[in-house]
Amino acid sequence: MQSDKQSSSPVMRILQSISDASLIPVLAILTAVILGGIIIKMVGGDPFLAYKGLIEGSLGSKKALSETAVWATPYIFAGLAVALAFKGGLFNIGAEGQLAVGAVFSALIGYALPEWLGFSLPIYIHLPLAIIIGMLMGGIWAGIVGALKAYTGGHEVINTIMMNYIALNTTSFLLNGVMKDKSPTNVIARTPLIAESARMPAIFDGLRVHWGFVLALLVAFFIWWLLNKTTLGFEIRTVGANPDAAQYAGINVKRTIILTMMLSGMLAGLAGSIEVTGLNYRHELGFSIGYGYDAIAIALLGRSHPLGVVLAALLFAAMRNGSSRMQFLTQMPVDLISVIQALILLFVAADAIIRYIYRIKSKGERVVLTRGWGG
Amino acid sequence: MDWKRFSFIALIIIVLFGVVVMVGHTKQPPLLIITSMLATTIAVATPLTLGALSGVFCERAGVVNIGIEGMMLMAAFFGWVGAIYMFHVFELGIGISIALGVFFAVLTGAIMSLLHAALSITFKVDQIIGGTVINILAVGLTGFLNRQLFFGKLSVFGGTVPNSPGVLPTLHVPITELFTPICGAATTCLQNVQAINRVFDQKPIAIAAILLVFVSHYVLFNTRWGLRTRAVGEHPQAADTVGINVTKMRYANVIIGGMFAGLAGAYFTIESVPSFEPLLTNGRGFISLAAMIFGNWTPIGAWAAALVFGASQALQINMQIFRDVIPPQWAFLQQSYIVGLTPYILTMIILTGIIGKTTPPAADGVPYEK
Repeated sequence: MQSDKQSSSPVMRILQSISDASLIPVLAILTAVILGGIIIKMVGGDPFLAYKGLIEGSLGSKKALSETAVWATPYIFAGLAVALAFKGGLFNIGAEGQLAVGAVFSALIGYALPEWLGFSLPIYIHLPLAIIIGMLMGGIWAGIVGALKAYTGGHEVINTIMMNYIALNTTSFLLNGVMKDKSPTNVIARTPLIAESARMPAIFDGLRVHWGFVLALLVAFFIWWLLNKTTLGFEIRTVGANPDAAQYAGINVKRTIILTMMLSGMLAGLAGSIEVTGLNYRHELGFSIGYGYDAIAIALLGRSHPLGVVLAALLFAAMRNGSSRMQFLTQMPVDLISVIQALILLFVAADAIIRYIYRIKSKGERVVLTRGWGG
Repeated sequence: MDWKRFSFIALIIIVLFGVVVMVGHTKQPPLLIITSMLATTIAVATPLTLGALSGVFCERAGVVNIGIEGMMLMAAFFGWVGAIYMFHVFELGIGISIALGVFFAVLTGAIMSLLHAALSITFKVDQIIGGTVINILAVGLTGFLNRQLFFGKLSVFGGTVPNSPGVLPTLHVPITELFTPICGAATTCLQNVQAINRVFDQKPIAIAAILLVFVSHYVLFNTRWGLRTRAVGEHPQAADTVGINVTKMRYANVIIGGMFAGLAGAYFTIESVPSFEPLLTNGRGFISLAAMIFGNWTPIGAWAAALVFGASQALQINMQIFRDVIPPQWAFLQQSYIVGLTPYILTMIILTGIIGKTTPPAADGVPYEK
């Protein structure tokens, strides 16, 4: 649209590139919101009231803002996980499972380590340890898929999905068995509460938003730095753009694929660890249902750019958080949010539809993931 | 299918059946266990078989379809809702409501695959992302409508989920009757024949799935349509040069694939149980894809692979039946979460290619640019 014009000043050029990058996502959101309104109208609701509820519920008060940040925290981590894999030409549908693995191990370290050691640890050792172990286990969980991809060609899409089910079954097994909260009143599949020394402090008194949110923003910046300012980041992006060229240029493609998957899994694992140490103080079966898929939508909406991921995560968090207020005002079920999010994803993925509706010329660059099934 | 893969399939099935016989032989005679296990295997392999056939048609034409899971879920939902509407709102008979339910399921599959075809063929979206969009859309829409149609403001059911008209009946194949004169008065003979008969008493979609395997094989490898389908999947430029309409062939095959996925969806809510719950497909669309890959993109091979997954699911079901007679040294078999891992781990092993390399169609997943 405006790509032909070249602005001379660097500030203008940055603004130009931001507006270029955000044009399609913004139009996609707009279109999905309009379609969502039509759906609300069709099922007998008031779209304006519904969206008013959504905004009030997510931004209308200090508490609403805090809750939006609470929702956004795992979304940022999981979104970054998928985005990083996209940059490396890999599709990580397994954030869900990696997150669960991270959460289980953080919870285990959180409640069981003092028992094993026989003494309690100070918070500056116990908390980081719980987070790091969860993160690493998420990384290993995804790294298995990376290794299978690198050495056997087994496609990561199906393998990460299979690993999701394996993680789900295994955590169900653990949370109903050895790791189950043994307190006499408990009937649900959950771990005991983690020790005080493994809990992340809240930022403000009386609000649930915790330091994990700040950590998420820092990690987003770190991933941007990693991708754009380091050799590893360059290798990841090159392998993602063209594995053959990367091989020819002397990059160890196999190693890079495994590392990309591991880093991606570590980010997803962090999402789980932070939920346990910062919010729930335990792992409970089923708390993370759907995070993995939301993360894909967030990564695509954010154009796999860390800043874009943060913004998209905030948007999705606001929608999730505001949906209960929307339901209260209009009796629209919260599932409506899933429909609107799926529509956003549809329009971001199929940007050709948006370009067609709004008559925008294509600029080339598109994500390519379909590269055969291996086998 | 080469010998290596067929013997792997045979081996896995024998091992799975062997475990069940070993555990259950104190409670039931082995023949009865084997036949009931076989009957369960064929039944639970139905959605996997149909899903794999769906994949075969799409991918033979050059379109990767990872949205089979979502198509199944949508079809399961709309087939079920359709049957309920026909029965309670339009007050049709039970039989016709159920039959129309199957029709709606197949139609839903076709519509969803039309969306996938538009995304991947016309808009040239990356096909894996397109399929993922369909999966996410299916989860969101079925969750939303499931609540809205029964509990929403405009619901005709006013806050209750009415009973579905039921499930498809079991078709009796008269094996026992055939053998009655041969067996004469020998009761053991008759008992054995009755045991074997259980394998053949299947429901309509299960039977249709097996017939469709062979129909698909014939269509793909013995007809002009099949030749053209394979041509656009292997070398669309060459196919185009000789006058085959690549776009049209791809659209048609993706929609055929969607109808298979729709029938697979009907299995869940119209053949297996008369109810719907969110996320009920539980990854079986993805396992179907693994079956398709393991079957080397052939209908019969994919069916054989689907039977392996069916058998591992049947193992899980049987372990619950024989729960109380599992010997203590095999106690882990009591854990359904652990036994339930079998199909997922099998899928991953198969995808490594250590049991024989497979070759996808050359233009699989590549949009055609003239």
